Amino acid sequence: MKLYEFEAKGILARYGVSTPKGVVVAKGDDVRGKLASSGLTPPLVVKSQVLVAGRGKAGGIRIARSVEEAVSLTEFLFDYPIKGLRPRYILVEEAVEHSSELYASITIDKSARRPVVLASLYGGMDIEEIAREKPESIVRYHVDPYMGLRGFEARLIAKKLGLKGGVISSFASLLQSMYNAFVDYSADLVEVNPLTIVGEKVVALDARIIVDDNASYKYPELAIERVEGGEVSEWESRARRLGLAFVELEGDVGVMGNGAGLTMTSMDLVYEYGGVPANFLDIGGGASAERVKKAVLFLLEFPKAKSIFINIFGGITRCDEVARGIIEALKEYSGKPKPVFVRLSGTREEEGRRLLEEFGIRAFDNPLDAVVEAIRAAR
Amino acid sequence: MAVLVGRDTVVVVQGITGREGSFHTKLMLEYGTRIAAGVTPGKGGGEVHGVKVYDSVQEALQEHPEVNTSIVFVPARFASDAVYEAIDAGLKLVVVITEGIPVHETLRFTNYARSKGTVVVGPNCPGVITPGEAKVGIMPGHVFSRGPVGIVSRSGTITYEISYALTKEGLGQSTVIGIGGDPVVGLTFTEAMEMFEKDPETRALVIIGEIGGDMEERAAKMIMEGKFTKPVVAFIAGKTAPPGKRMGHAGAIIMMGEGDYASKVKALEKAGVKVARNPFEIPGLVSRVL
Repeated sequence: MKLYEFEAKGILARYGVSTPKGVVVAKGDDVRGKLASSGLTPPLVVKSQVLVAGRGKAGGIRIARSVEEAVSLTEFLFDYPIKGLRPRYILVEEAVEHSSELYASITIDKSARRPVVLASLYGGMDIEEIAREKPESIVRYHVDPYMGLRGFEARLIAKKLGLKGGVISSFASLLQSMYNAFVDYSADLVEVNPLTIVGEKVVALDARIIVDDNASYKYPELAIERVEGGEVSEWESRARRLGLAFVELEGDVGVMGNGAGLTMTSMDLVYEYGGVPANFLDIGGGASAERVKKAVLFLLEFPKAKSIFINIFGGITRCDEVARGIIEALKEYSGKPKPVFVRLSGTREEEGRRLLEEFGIRAFDNPLDAVVEAIRAAR
Repeated sequence: MAVLVGRDTVVVVQGITGREGSFHTKLMLEYGTRIAAGVTPGKGGGEVHGVKVYDSVQEALQEHPEVNTSIVFVPARFASDAVYEAIDAGLKLVVVITEGIPVHETLRFTNYARSKGTVVVGPNCPGVITPGEAKVGIMPGHVFSRGPVGIVSRSGTITYEISYALTKEGLGQSTVIGIGGDPVVGLTFTEAMEMFEKDPETRALVIIGEIGGDMEERAAKMIMEGKFTKPVVAFIAGKTAPPGKRMGHAGAIIMMGEGDYASKVKALEKAGVKVARNPFEIPGLVSRVL
């Protein structure tokens, strides 16, 4: 779950990180009243709160020289879509005059099984380019998850960056605050980019926090409505509302499988045999008949899919549950008939195949046969 | 011989009274796995498919000191507690089937397990099977047969697919390990490969990878360095997948050119590994290297 910039900054501020003075305006608020009473001193930065990358380049960040200008820019940005998304919140902040832009983040290094701190003197929008061209300019530091990021370690990172004097300590405490927020919010990522140095103080000019979806239930206070995606198609957002892992593609063969690996491989097979998949749809592990029915109905209604290839190899998924779901979906579907090719193997395959065959659907054992048929039927 | 599980494996099922725990206890028993006890807090004294249920792993071990392995079906919110309980009870192997455990929790218990000398397989994995001896997992038992091919895999369902294809061609498996699909897992490719390297029964290895992460690249490096000397073939799922969602700049900086299909195939081929275009080419490639 991606947090808005103002939420991320709010969290970091509670951990002692300095952020520019600002105010959040929600859609429908009295913009003028809110900004007038905020006591902010111009120049101001007006920032559209959208959860997409490249917001600055897309025109979502504007400078206002007066409160009056900030009011009209705020109203303007509410109606200004960034990659197709209209914001629900606008953050208005005092501009911080700065000459340096640094980078700091904490994420999980999956293969090292450790949290890792990344820091660089060269922050801003081109940080990835710098990582490619001058990888030595990025300091990486692995943290022992049982010890946390200790002060001397954080100061070591600051020293490695080449920071001097009092900034060493303020940068180190920024990193420690970020680390504590990272742990407390079960974050996949805490990123401050850019951050700047004002005197001996470190200020976070922008901030991102991504909370692990598996842990988001621990933070009911973050349950506000989020407008996400941007490049999500109509059918993808429909699938998201149904809780289906679905990606729309260009072709005409509908693909559904259990498990990301098998579903991706099913797509690969469609390509290999000369077809083009219309989508990726993974029903996950242990899907109930109800969930399968929902997924199959979705593909039956999905107009791009001219035929449907269902590839199931049951482990924790039970073939009889899958068969029941497919049958119920086909019974309920009242649109234009669509050919469905089902490969069913694994746990309870005999029961599953029997159910399908009693209903008049052939159950394939070999997915290659089912793929070939599905491609032919789509043409 | 085999790795991780075998005839001397004796299992406690944590979360035995739940839907999946109970169902798969039955299937594991039918397969011939020795299951001595089950645990569900508050359900002690009961029985599931003839297996006695205890309130804690400790109590189960008092009655069944021969238990050396746990399989965890406990729901995600309570799963890491169950893993710690198994580690502290001194079990040498903990197989975590549960899906949806927060990655920060996995990070902590996998590091803890290592410090205690416990091997954690998973989370979010199909488990481990040594065909004909023991199945500690949720995989369909009938697709496996015994033989010289070791398998280590990141993808549950592709593991079944490839094992089935090998079995149909008369190519049995020594041990099949599904390491799980979560970002952080207890047992990695290279750690599993160290085990297969030492296992005399395993004469060839199949690596089943997926796009993302750098485990396949690390496996390739291990082979290049001469630390794994048996013939290896591989399949990588996700050749035609559209570029996935990226996670801020940090993810990209960490990964830097690793993780996509081409990079994995290139690394493996450079190490002399034959990479199959689809799961059904694996048996042919394996019989050529055996």
